[in-house]
Amino acid sequence: MLEAVFWANAGIAIVSALACITRRSPVASALWLIMTLFATAVMFVLLDAHFIAVLQVMVYSGAIMVLFLFVIMLLNLGDQSATDMKGWFGRVVGLALGVFVMVELWVITKVVPVDQIRLPAGELNRMTVDEGAIAPVAQVLYTTYLLPFLLTAILLLAAIAGAVVLAKREV
Amino acid sequence: MTPELKGFVLLSLIKIVVVFSVMMVGVMMVIWMERRVSAWKQDRLGPNRVGPQGLLQSVADGIKNFAKEDVIPEQANKLLFVVAPALSFIPAMLTFAVIPVAAPLPVDFDFTVPILGQFVHSGPMPMMIADLPIGMLFIVAVGSLSVYGIVLAGWSSANKYSLLGGLRASAQMVSYEVALGFSFVGVLMLAGNVTLPEIVAHQQDSVWFVFALTLGFILFFVSNLAETNRLPFDLPETESELVTGFHTEYSSMKFAMFFMAEYTHIITGSALVATLFLGGWDIPFTSWDSGDPTVLKSLLTLAFFAMKTLFFIYVFIWIRWTLPRFRFDQLMQLGWKFMLPVLLAYILILGATVLVLDSIGWSSGLPYGAALFVMNAVLVYIVFFILDNNRLLLGRTHRKVGT
Repeated sequence: MLEAVFWANAGIAIVSALACITRRSPVASALWLIMTLFATAVMFVLLDAHFIAVLQVMVYSGAIMVLFLFVIMLLNLGDQSATDMKGWFGRVVGLALGVFVMVELWVITKVVPVDQIRLPAGELNRMTVDEGAIAPVAQVLYTTYLLPFLLTAILLLAAIAGAVVLAKREV
Repeated sequence: MTPELKGFVLLSLIKIVVVFSVMMVGVMMVIWMERRVSAWKQDRLGPNRVGPQGLLQSVADGIKNFAKEDVIPEQANKLLFVVAPALSFIPAMLTFAVIPVAAPLPVDFDFTVPILGQFVHSGPMPMMIADLPIGMLFIVAVGSLSVYGIVLAGWSSANKYSLLGGLRASAQMVSYEVALGFSFVGVLMLAGNVTLPEIVAHQQDSVWFVFALTLGFILFFVSNLAETNRLPFDLPETESELVTGFHTEYSSMKFAMFFMAEYTHIITGSALVATLFLGGWDIPFTSWDSGDPTVLKSLLTLAFFAMKTLFFIYVFIWIRWTLPRFRFDQLMQLGWKFMLPVLLAYILILGATVLVLDSIGWSSGLPYGAALFVMNAVLVYIVFFILDNNRLLLGRTHRKVGT
């Protein structure tokens, strides 16, 4: 049953990702990307990572993609064939990057990750039942990974300040 | 499938069908209620011809909408134009799946159907469709998706007013989602969990969060109004400047679907406020309802939940027919420059208070709630009377002449 859900979702994710990069209309591309993000969220649920799944939907599908659509609609981008991959050089670079990602994915399936980032099967589900869905994530985020977390926060703060400065030229 | 799983699936299907039907009838009743209440507020009669007191007016309107011609503009993006009403309707319905509407109902059955096999269920059944471990966050996530229906409707109509409505909707929803998310945090901090049954249980142990989190409650309700696109925040569909904005081009049943989505949003929004801040299905002044589940308990708690929800539905309508609409820059200022800083400071103060109360050993019960209420009363006074400086709350008439 779960396996069927996995395969169905994997199919949806890949087909939507392909549609996202092949559609001419920017709005259609954005909508297909939302589908991909949604299918990925379902994958997280299948891995018992409910909190990550809901964050995926909330942040990416719910906020960032809305802003994408907002900008696309504001600029009123029509059916254009604008692409970054111009000429033979662009195509070759694109192909090389694509092959690189495929190799990376293949390597990841072969390599066994270090013990620190692995949980035994069913462990996450047990933790969710015991402590709620958020505690397992919050626990490591605020203890083990506190420094990277704070650095990311400062980076984001700097980005926000930078965006405000850029948007408000006269300051 | 095991007999237990079959029993679970059967119960879930029944719950889905019941909730869906109740919501649909509820939407019709709320539409009728809004028209009657607005008429009452404006000293008119309102619909009172179809059925007793005009109760069947919405049915008549539904039939009318089915019979009307369905126009799709020539320039429109056909697929998105057709899908958009459903996209705004479905998230509104989905939210209700995680709201517990009553105390758990004891359901025991064990029967066998010739082809399908044996169905077994024993013990209390939670009175919600899905008891997800992420509970409340599911509501935020699904709520954040409801903007797509409006945005895509505005874009696919190929009409500049609709497009502007869609743009406004996206900016407004993203802004107020931030405020909505932060006003949730107080509830999270007190309840210690995100699942709605636990939030209800925690309110039964101490006090309703409307007392322990008064400021959070007010700000949550305001951002809830903005998320449902109701007045005074219905800028995506201002009829005076945008010709009803995102649904200008919609007619017949597609328009009716937007209409139904709005009222479904009102019902789910009210149910959510009732659950988070008014104790959900809790019956006040008694702990009888949190004991062993019985059928009577479920029915009574359901009645209390319905009353609380109905109260907030009335408040939604009341606000719509009382307050004028915001201007768009005022809306953005309220969201980003007022609500967000206030909420951030509130979370900080609340966290400190909870820490202090925790260190003296109070974590539930009446004194704990009373202490939080005092803290909130002070904060509400500071925010609405000192910081506000009579601008928002008391209005122009209370200001000195010439200022």
